[in-house]
Amino acid sequence: MSTTTFYHEFNTPGYKGKVSFPTGVFINGKFSAGGDRTTIDVINPTNGKVITKVAEGTPADVDRAVKAAKRAFHESWGLSVPGAERGKLLARLADLMDEHFNELAALEALDNGKTYSWARAADLPLSVGTIRYYAGWADKIHGQVIETSEDKLAYTRHEPFGVVGQIIPWNFPLTMMSMKLGPALATGNAIVLKPSEFTPLTALRMCSLINEAGFPPGTVNVVVGYGHTVGVAISEHMLIDKVSFTGSTLVGRKIMEAAAKSNLKNVTLELGGKSPNIIFNDAELESAVKWASHGIFYNHGQACSAGSRIFVQSGIYDSFLKAFTEKALSLKLGDPFDTDSYQGPQVSQAQYDRIMDYIDSGKKQGAKVHVGGERHGNEGYWIQPTIFTETKPEMRIVQEEIFGPVGVVIKFEDEADVLRQANDTLYGLAAAVFTNDITRGIQFAHKLEAGTVWVNCVNHMHPNVPFGGYKQSGVGRELGEYALNNYTNVKAVHVNLGHTI
Amino acid sequence: MANVVQIAVPKSNSSIAVPTGLFIDNEFVPSVDSKETIKVFNPATESVLCEITAASEKDIDVAVASSRKAFRTTWGKNVTGVERSRLINKLADLIERDAQTLAELESLNNGKPVKVARDFDIGDSVGCLRYYAGWADKITGESIEIDRKTKVAITHPEPIGVCGQIIPWNYPIQMWAWKVAPALAVGCTIVMKPSEITPLTALKLSELVKEAGFPPGVLNTVPSLGSVGGAALSLHKDVDKVAFTGSTITGRKIMEAAAKSNLKKVSLELGGKSPHIVFESADIDQAANWAALGILYNTGQDCTAGSRLYVQDTIYDKFLAVLAGKAKELIIGDGFDEKSGGGPVVSKGQYDRVWNYIEAGKKAGARVVCGGEKRSTPGYYVDATIFADITADMKIVQEEIFGPVLSVGKFHTEDEAIALANDTTYGLAAGLHSTDAAQCHRVSEALEAGTIWINQYNLLYNNVPFGGKKQSGIGRELGRNALDEYISVKAVHWNYGEKLDWPL
Repeated sequence: MSTTTFYHEFNTPGYKGKVSFPTGVFINGKFSAGGDRTTIDVINPTNGKVITKVAEGTPADVDRAVKAAKRAFHESWGLSVPGAERGKLLARLADLMDEHFNELAALEALDNGKTYSWARAADLPLSVGTIRYYAGWADKIHGQVIETSEDKLAYTRHEPFGVVGQIIPWNFPLTMMSMKLGPALATGNAIVLKPSEFTPLTALRMCSLINEAGFPPGTVNVVVGYGHTVGVAISEHMLIDKVSFTGSTLVGRKIMEAAAKSNLKNVTLELGGKSPNIIFNDAELESAVKWASHGIFYNHGQACSAGSRIFVQSGIYDSFLKAFTEKALSLKLGDPFDTDSYQGPQVSQAQYDRIMDYIDSGKKQGAKVHVGGERHGNEGYWIQPTIFTETKPEMRIVQEEIFGPVGVVIKFEDEADVLRQANDTLYGLAAAVFTNDITRGIQFAHKLEAGTVWVNCVNHMHPNVPFGGYKQSGVGRELGEYALNNYTNVKAVHVNLGHTI
Repeated sequence: MANVVQIAVPKSNSSIAVPTGLFIDNEFVPSVDSKETIKVFNPATESVLCEITAASEKDIDVAVASSRKAFRTTWGKNVTGVERSRLINKLADLIERDAQTLAELESLNNGKPVKVARDFDIGDSVGCLRYYAGWADKITGESIEIDRKTKVAITHPEPIGVCGQIIPWNYPIQMWAWKVAPALAVGCTIVMKPSEITPLTALKLSELVKEAGFPPGVLNTVPSLGSVGGAALSLHKDVDKVAFTGSTITGRKIMEAAAKSNLKKVSLELGGKSPHIVFESADIDQAANWAALGILYNTGQDCTAGSRLYVQDTIYDKFLAVLAGKAKELIIGDGFDEKSGGGPVVSKGQYDRVWNYIEAGKKAGARVVCGGEKRSTPGYYVDATIFADITADMKIVQEEIFGPVLSVGKFHTEDEAIALANDTTYGLAAGLHSTDAAQCHRVSEALEAGTIWINQYNLLYNNVPFGGKKQSGIGRELGRNALDEYISVKAVHWNYGEKLDWPL
């Protein structure tokens, strides 16, 4: 069973170099063709052309992967490997990612469409930093010893689940993989991971690095495939003890349902958002404009925590809108590998169509396109940074997650009213507040129904600070020490040392 | 400009370059006002290896000022946890790279076998640094609910500041790592006084601190006599904390000096006279192995040495015979001889001390089961010596000998064993051997010691806390607990809405 391989020569202003790595299904440390011997086309979002074909994983491959993971967990991983050793392997993986920093950034830019500059400035540091952060936790997973009575020793162990399924999206492929691998491996789990079929390249490159770092075969298995085949197989699998999913709320429900119907596997979900960004009259205007732009246009708006509903108090509304519009117009759309590009294309045709459909609905429902609203260029999936004003709360562009560079700017006056509007959503992933009055900033932070509240900043994350959603934005927290709880099962041990009945 | 000496490595054509100056602000410098030197000896040959600069009180002032400056500018709150983690990991990598050289130098100065120094002392030290590197960006405070409407209460775990660290000669590199790692992880700066008997590896490690990229002043190294450098650090008004490992007698002086000067924080790892109990259900052969390890590892120069052995009367004679056999199997010899499992004691002073105790044991009437006779060849060698039929009032039973000298007594009941074990002002460690789980639990609960070993002895792990009860110490090293010794908690009460009515 031979494997597909990706050969590519980068010859761009940003990056020059050759890559060559296997792109088969990665199970038990080896690459192979998929179960049906079919492939998936990986499309270049700058021009719609095929970059390469990778092996398509099937439910049968998921079965094989689960078997390999189970065996690794019992024989060569789990708690039979001391935490210090697990940490060492993770630290080695981080070192390898550092050694291949530019190559990984280039692959990410090629596959996803984000700029090479942003991949180097944000994606790679956060990815490497996250793996390195969890390497440090591996030998620090403590249970408790609990006083009960003289004739009993009671303690808890935080044991790994065993085999965990992980399903990641296409917006930050490598970072999402790092956020999943880090805590799961640190705590001793074996993994079956499904990258997005749209952006499998960095995940597949990581498989070779995982081998090189020295992880026992079967510890990490990677199966690229479709949600309705591989994703379903993972969420329904009777031998997978836990599934962690990042993606849309719609799919998140299906995962939770499948988990319930199969073996009640433990579930954590990182889902969508329609995060409010509230800007008060006393905000520092220039700073608020820059952050607001970063909040909605960063990563082409393809961020779950995007500050997509921008509430601006009436006193600065006009000056904010003027400056924000100038900012939006100043963002340079261009080839991901041009060193001065800020924004590349959206990830796929399907996403492009989705976003343009939302823009249309905005226009049809009577909102005003203040800037943007059109395609950029005539090949690939670029969309102009777009700002809608004069919206009404019931409009689709105000209620639903667009996942593109499309922000709505809403004027407000009253504090209580804007708080109500900000919380008036099924989502609860993030929120931001801009004000010079820290009292107001903290009060709002405490009242906003969101898992992350940014005061005078937006979309600014760290590997050691937890991140996750309230309400229908998710279940559980990633990053920080908190993520360890997602991958450990608490066992209470009661040792009777003399109690008779 | 201070000197570098070349120290020849036995059985090879190589030599090790050792800087002999004081390490301050990332440079090796002479004393500012003194020409005093310290002679450094090879305990296997009794010859002088070299002379190094002895720091004076003024030099301590200079070192403290340098560490204070670093704490204010390039370290402390001015450096992120991620960066501290990176540097500590880099230091670990460098020590691993130079493990063989460091092991040879450790063996030449301390006497322990090269392979033990390399695979155990240095291997564990590298692990210790990496363990604390992992903590550096995970030192979190708390947010605490008080009055939900108007206030936020948060705690910041802040680094204490400039720390004086005074380490002993029994595990020079490992004691260095245990002190340096958590202090740097938290963000403290360090003035390190290695033992005047074994300063060489601390000086060599200082080169690696610079190579790793730590800013100048983060770690300064000032070899000196305890009565000079140790006293100066404990009395210093600008040192925020002193951490000491050594004898209980010196520990008292350090604490007194801290109280008299500026009430600096104190943590102490002191002596022990740790009891090792063998119950009749124990696996005799295994218990004898662990008991031998407990008193002979590092030639008995271990604060946790299991130096009092109590054996249940029903197995006493049998066990003693097996143990004596085990003791004779250990080859105590030159550190560069592959066959050696242990080396000489570290110095003439220690050699005389240990032999005084052996003579005292004989005079008091304890029975010599093995050992007890001096060698006629050079080197401060003491062979495994076992005394039996001891009584509680004997000096060899009460006082810490710090050599390969074991006192063996007998007990009848479990309660008697516990009483004998706890009858000491020390409380560092204890060991027990039994296959009765309930007994293991009961006895470990009853023993007054900071570390209890059940069916084993001596083995420590970087992630499990270690320290003494009673007069064996204050505070804990290793594990998460060591971080607390270098953290000063600041509570911030932030009022963002409450208005105070006045007058009350």
